[in-house]
Amino acid sequence: MTTIRRALLLACLLASGAATAAEESAGAGANWMTWRAGDDVTNLASLQRGARNFMGYCLGCHSLKYERYSRLGVDLGLTPEELQQYLIAPGDKPADYILTTMPAGDSATWFGKTPPDLSLMARARGPDYLYQFLKTFYVDSSRPTGANNLRLAASAMPAVLSELEGLKSAVYKDEEEIGSDGKVMKVHVFDHFEQLVPGRMTPAEYDAFVHDTVNFLDYVGEPTQAERRALGLWVVLFLLVFTWLAWLLKQQYWKDVH
Amino acid sequence: MAAPPVPPPASQVKPGGLRGWIYKRLPIQEFIAEQLTGYYAPKNFNIWYFFGSLALVVLVLQLVTGIFLTMFYKPGEATSFDSVEFIMREVQWGWLIRYMHSTGASVFFIVVYLHMFRAMLYGSYKAPRELLWLIGMLVYLALMAEAFFGYVLPWGNMSFWGAQVIVNLFGTIPVIGPGLVLWIRGDYGIADATLGRFFALHVAAVPLAILLLVALHLVALRQTGSNNPDGIEIKERVGADGHPLDGIPFHPYYTVKDIVGVGVMLVLLAIVVFFVPTFGGLFLEGPNFEPANPMSTPEHIAPVWYFTPYYAILRAVPDQRLGALLMFLAVALFVFLPWLDRSPVKSMRYRGILSRGALAMFAVSFVVLGYLGLQPAEGVYVVLARIFAVGYFLFFFLMPWYSRVDRVKPVPERVIYHDHH
Amino acid sequence: MAGDGVIGDNQVDTSRRVFLTTATAATGAIGVAFALVPFISSWMPSERARAFGAPTELDISKIDPGQLVIVVWRKQPIFIVRRTPAMLASLAGHDDRLKDPKSDDSDQPPYAKNLQRARNPEYLVLIGVCTHLGCMPKARFEAGFPELGADWPGGFFCPCHGSRFDLSGRVFDGSPASVNLRVPPYAFANDHTLVIGVSDVNQKGTA
Repeated sequence: MTTIRRALLLACLLASGAATAAEESAGAGANWMTWRAGDDVTNLASLQRGARNFMGYCLGCHSLKYERYSRLGVDLGLTPEELQQYLIAPGDKPADYILTTMPAGDSATWFGKTPPDLSLMARARGPDYLYQFLKTFYVDSSRPTGANNLRLAASAMPAVLSELEGLKSAVYKDEEEIGSDGKVMKVHVFDHFEQLVPGRMTPAEYDAFVHDTVNFLDYVGEPTQAERRALGLWVVLFLLVFTWLAWLLKQQYWKDVH
Repeated sequence: MAAPPVPPPASQVKPGGLRGWIYKRLPIQEFIAEQLTGYYAPKNFNIWYFFGSLALVVLVLQLVTGIFLTMFYKPGEATSFDSVEFIMREVQWGWLIRYMHSTGASVFFIVVYLHMFRAMLYGSYKAPRELLWLIGMLVYLALMAEAFFGYVLPWGNMSFWGAQVIVNLFGTIPVIGPGLVLWIRGDYGIADATLGRFFALHVAAVPLAILLLVALHLVALRQTGSNNPDGIEIKERVGADGHPLDGIPFHPYYTVKDIVGVGVMLVLLAIVVFFVPTFGGLFLEGPNFEPANPMSTPEHIAPVWYFTPYYAILRAVPDQRLGALLMFLAVALFVFLPWLDRSPVKSMRYRGILSRGALAMFAVSFVVLGYLGLQPAEGVYVVLARIFAVGYFLFFFLMPWYSRVDRVKPVPERVIYHDHH
Repeated sequence: MAGDGVIGDNQVDTSRRVFLTTATAATGAIGVAFALVPFISSWMPSERARAFGAPTELDISKIDPGQLVIVVWRKQPIFIVRRTPAMLASLAGHDDRLKDPKSDDSDQPPYAKNLQRARNPEYLVLIGVCTHLGCMPKARFEAGFPELGADWPGGFFCPCHGSRFDLSGRVFDGSPASVNLRVPPYAFANDHTLVIGVSDVNQKGTA
């Protein structure tokens, strides 16, 4: 992005009443690879917010083709009215699978690749990956989308959440490293992010936004997981009781053996 | 001393009613008398002797869960992946059936490896049980084929690329290699044709082969009788009643003991199925939750953990053809154990430091190679793989020597047994 | 048993043994029963089947008098006939030739237990599956249709085994079928929309 464009964007965002300065972002991010999503799949409120976030910011390009709206409603504790009002896209019925309206052929042309379905992304890459992905976009004028990503280098996805997070740049530094041949080499490593323009949300709010959205995708990856764990407790307890009884029986019989 | 009441020989008891009607027409009474209450097994079985019956239980589990999965799974490039998600989300309890099957596959190999290791510990492959061991090796090979075919069926990205790599291995065979690969695949790349035949083999052909081989395995076991941790042939010391002095009837003693083993295994199985079904990506791998993409190879292609020791050996060798050869050899060498082992003594308990050290080296090498097979083939991992591959092969190649020269301890006349409390 | 005391010096505590065997066997049996549940339940309709079992809607304003329209609900053909006054008149006068003229033994919602077997006499809604062995009956609405005899009032004829039904789906004597054609639950959402699958349009149906 040219300097003039950047200045204009900055002016617009400031003029539209941007959020408080993101003082926490400056110097932050060096340890991005250690960021964890946290396991919060039983938190229905978080899942509901995450679902709403998804419908608002992701469904435009990404589908959840293995999940039905109706199932979402039941699992997230929504009434049919709430489901219809807040989550179901216009024209879709509750029993429908959650599909995006973006035509696959066109999207491949626009972005270089079709935005993948996200039903299983949390299982394929892990929630931590998704969390890091959504929090490490940075401004990069060499990319067609104007943005790049630390988690997925040269990502074809634009920084669609920059409205909320603001714009940040990645600051690199030079470091010395011992190469595999034993010689010292200079490497260009990521040091920290710098917030260029604040977004509509504070860093804490944006973090919560990402947490809820990733949490939601974790749920969609395996909607039965809560049920699985709950049932598992009883099954394991029952089997322990059975094994204990079998053990007593075995002891009884083996008293005979000398 | 008052012996407990002994039931009269089964053939003298004639039950009436429905049971009598059936017994007259099917040899059930004889079966119970000969194979269960009348089959004497050594009384000194230890924990290593659970895994045979556990393997049988897992086989039944895989058959039942597999049959139910087949009711909903739709083989085909366009439908396989979706049908698995359909099972996971929309079939009532489909997720549980699927997890039991995927966990069962890994548990099968854990159990079988421990079962095989028992044979190596106690010399159960030595005369007169060589054929028992060979049939068991055939079961192992069939199991590996079954697991390989089964893994391709979900048609995830690892399914595809795993199939690609393994099938291409056959291309290293001189002269017939490329033609063979084309014949196995049925197409110019891993495709619908490949998936279809792997489905038929996994669901019908190989399970039948496994059932037949397991039946033969049990018949061979019955013929020679079981070995035991002391490596003593209990049939050589028989009591006045014609039964081995150190033997006890399989039923009720081992039926009741094996049930405990089954219980423990089910507890562990349930913990995995209900709490960690992916087992950190070892039982269900992350890349396999993405559909097969011939244009995009996953970052790290690795087979499922139970193949990784052999995979590490394959990659340790810089030459493709030699690597494949050594990998196949690594599996095949087990077959020759009964004849490589020249020790006069069966059980490790009475062998010397050389044999014990060699077996320990083998076990460590197998486990370490397994770990290395999961890592990228770079840097120190390759060096270690080469070292431990050498350790693995030395166990077999040096065995004719160290098993013969090793000091042995005197083998007792009767088995070592301490009362269970 | 073996000679030197391998089995049993102590007294066999039979009662404890029996108790433990029973307890273990009972627990095992309970476990097996629970374990069977997922497998047997997996045969119940999946979520997808239940979604497709959702009610079917149909715009009836385009149906001509005397016309038969067939739609699908729960994978079954549903017959909708817009009956003419003549067709409705043909329903009377042959009760003695019917097996179940009052639909006492047949399967229909309460609002369809009448002569016309319908909420609104003009529209007949039937499940187009012969109550004998399940073939789809053919429409034979013409009175006096040649192969069916001069006294044929009009109705349905099943080609598989020859069952005959009148213009309310009531089965004639001499048919292999023993009950009238089934009426599904249905309702009118408004004067031009028929909803098949629910008796109350406010009910969501099985989703």
